[in-house]
Amino acid sequence: MDDLILSNIYILGGIAFVAATVLYLISKKFAVRTDEMVIKIAAALPQVNCGACGKAGCADFATACARSDESSFANLYCPVGGAAVMQKIASLKGYAATDRVPSVAVLRCQGSCKNAPVKVEYDAVSSCRIANRISSGQSGCPDGCLHLGDCIKACKFGALTLNKETGMPEVDTRRCVSCGACVKVCPRGLFEIRRQSQAGGMVYVACRNKQKGAVARKNCTKACIGCMKCSKINEAIKVENNLSYIPPELDAGALGKELADNCPTGAIIYKERIHD
Amino acid sequence: MTKKFTFPMGGIHLAKHKITTDCPIVNADIPEFVTIPIKQHIGSPAKILVAKGDKVRVGTLLADADGIVSADVHSSVSGEVTKIEDLPGASGYEEKMITVKVEGDSWEEDIDRSEDVEKEINLTPDEIIAKIRSAGIVGMGGAGYPTPIKTTIPEGKKANILIVNGIECEPFLTADDRLMVEKAEQIIMGARVLNRALGIQNAVIAIDENKPRAIEILTALSKLYIGVNVKICKTKYPQGGEKQLIKAITGQELPLGKLPIDIGCIVQNVGTVFAVYEAVLKNKPLFERVVTVSGDGCKHPGNYLVRIGTPISSLIEQSGGLNENVHKVVVGGPMMGNAVVNLSAPVTKTTSGVLLLQDGEFSKKEASSCIRCGKCALACPAGLRPFAIKQAVSFNDTVEHMRKLHAGDCIECGCCSYVCPANIPILDYCKIAKQEIRKK
Repeated sequence: MDDLILSNIYILGGIAFVAATVLYLISKKFAVRTDEMVIKIAAALPQVNCGACGKAGCADFATACARSDESSFANLYCPVGGAAVMQKIASLKGYAATDRVPSVAVLRCQGSCKNAPVKVEYDAVSSCRIANRISSGQSGCPDGCLHLGDCIKACKFGALTLNKETGMPEVDTRRCVSCGACVKVCPRGLFEIRRQSQAGGMVYVACRNKQKGAVARKNCTKACIGCMKCSKINEAIKVENNLSYIPPELDAGALGKELADNCPTGAIIYKERIHD
Repeated sequence: MTKKFTFPMGGIHLAKHKITTDCPIVNADIPEFVTIPIKQHIGSPAKILVAKGDKVRVGTLLADADGIVSADVHSSVSGEVTKIEDLPGASGYEEKMITVKVEGDSWEEDIDRSEDVEKEINLTPDEIIAKIRSAGIVGMGGAGYPTPIKTTIPEGKKANILIVNGIECEPFLTADDRLMVEKAEQIIMGARVLNRALGIQNAVIAIDENKPRAIEILTALSKLYIGVNVKICKTKYPQGGEKQLIKAITGQELPLGKLPIDIGCIVQNVGTVFAVYEAVLKNKPLFERVVTVSGDGCKHPGNYLVRIGTPISSLIEQSGGLNENVHKVVVGGPMMGNAVVNLSAPVTKTTSGVLLLQDGEFSKKEASSCIRCGKCALACPAGLRPFAIKQAVSFNDTVEHMRKLHAGDCIECGCCSYVCPANIPILDYCKIAKQEIRKK
């Protein structure tokens, strides 16, 4: 009886020892060498894998940072972590920290229930992507917001909320990290990541409607009618297909205020500060 | 008992709702102005030939086909061209349209307006195809594929059979049914014209069994003509689908990614065949079509011969107008049609019906989660797995994955959405998948 127990212990113990030795040798032989630096940088990153930096995810960004030299490091920036995280990474690498002008997502549409009244009720799947394929939308504007909130589902940072009263998504600029998820998901391309201008604020045309002025105005009171007034104020502003676009390089400040005040429909929005 | 043909895989049985079966085709009133889209077909839009202020007559060429996959567009009324601009269509998106203000009703001289049935075909195949092309004929079943391309047989291929599609499996619609009852002889002549163009002597008119009058009339008439036969199909949706019909009639499965001509079949809708007859033997371009106005919210349902470009609102007016119970207006059938956003949108070459539907049976039901019962896969006549496609779309999967699921072979019949016990509009997701695949 004792023999049986003892022999079992010896045999199993022997197998375990051999297996452990083999495993140890294999793990030594095929070990994947990771850069210490990558692990340290990855620990400093927010780890949300949003892709806002232009890399596939945080691990990819950490690898890119670890491999970068002084000049290429200046092109890397994590908008989610912002200056604080970049400072940490820079000190790990021993380079100078890069800083960027803050930017946020802006919604280029003001077609709320009040400005663009509902003409036809939409009664199908609650998804902008599908609604966009089926019809031009409830207000009749073929380029306006569909109010179904694909962007809200896409935002990982809770920066977007659907205002029940107006039906419009609203950007919480303090939470927005300008990752661009909403830009990609909106079937009508209504979002744009805009940088803060040198003077501090931002000015943009909150309309994407390319219809003729009279037609656009019929559907929405805040539509851009392509009147060219803004392009007369500053030549850098181009009006194409009855739609004005203010380039982000343009310094907001006094000019932004002037543009917004002179827009006959109120399609141009001026904000003194990027964070409201 | 005669053998009834059908396709083996999937399909559903729908309530018929064919309330307008016994309503004869009546001429719809000509409206004050018509708006004629220059793209009523698959392919590139036609090139506009007229300018603002031009006087046109019924049948005048307004826009010329641009390239091979395109179709001519003719004026459906006489009067003056007042506008050429982008106007919202039925979906609310803008399309280029030519607006003609109606003055009188004078037709182009070479159109034969007599009621007699022309029975002599003396033209060569090339001449027939040229006439079909200059009449701007497109597939009138709904897809709008230009007919001359379908009729021209590519080199190295051979047609064996012409299938005239008189199935009309969608509920409510009776436009093709009435056309077969009232213009039976013309349809047979149209099939013979097409047969001549294809160089064959074998036409099958496929009718489903819920059209006894059409079957009776066409069977009797077809006995007088060699090479024209009537075959009766089972009433099953979507029997009228091209692939399903070929399978039912010839027993051949259309291989993936192949055209019907690859297995020697040509399928043409009854309306198209009638248009071919009128174009080739009567010199009449395609500028009017039969439209069923029906639905449970319609006061006076009926079948109307409508000039293309007539606003849908004017057609609704003639059939009793909108009452407050009408929940939505659908262009096409209830299964494949689309709800209309803009009632001033025109009737086009592919509009087979206008349905006024009340809240209730046909309105959207609240969707819940997929319970993975697989009913959609059993109902799918294309043999796809609609639930998997739906999942791929809602999870933003890659296009390669959607292609692996063969989402591109979806025929958009809507069986999956119809049978879904969770009321998931699966078809909408499949359409998105198709769109994604096409984009790549």
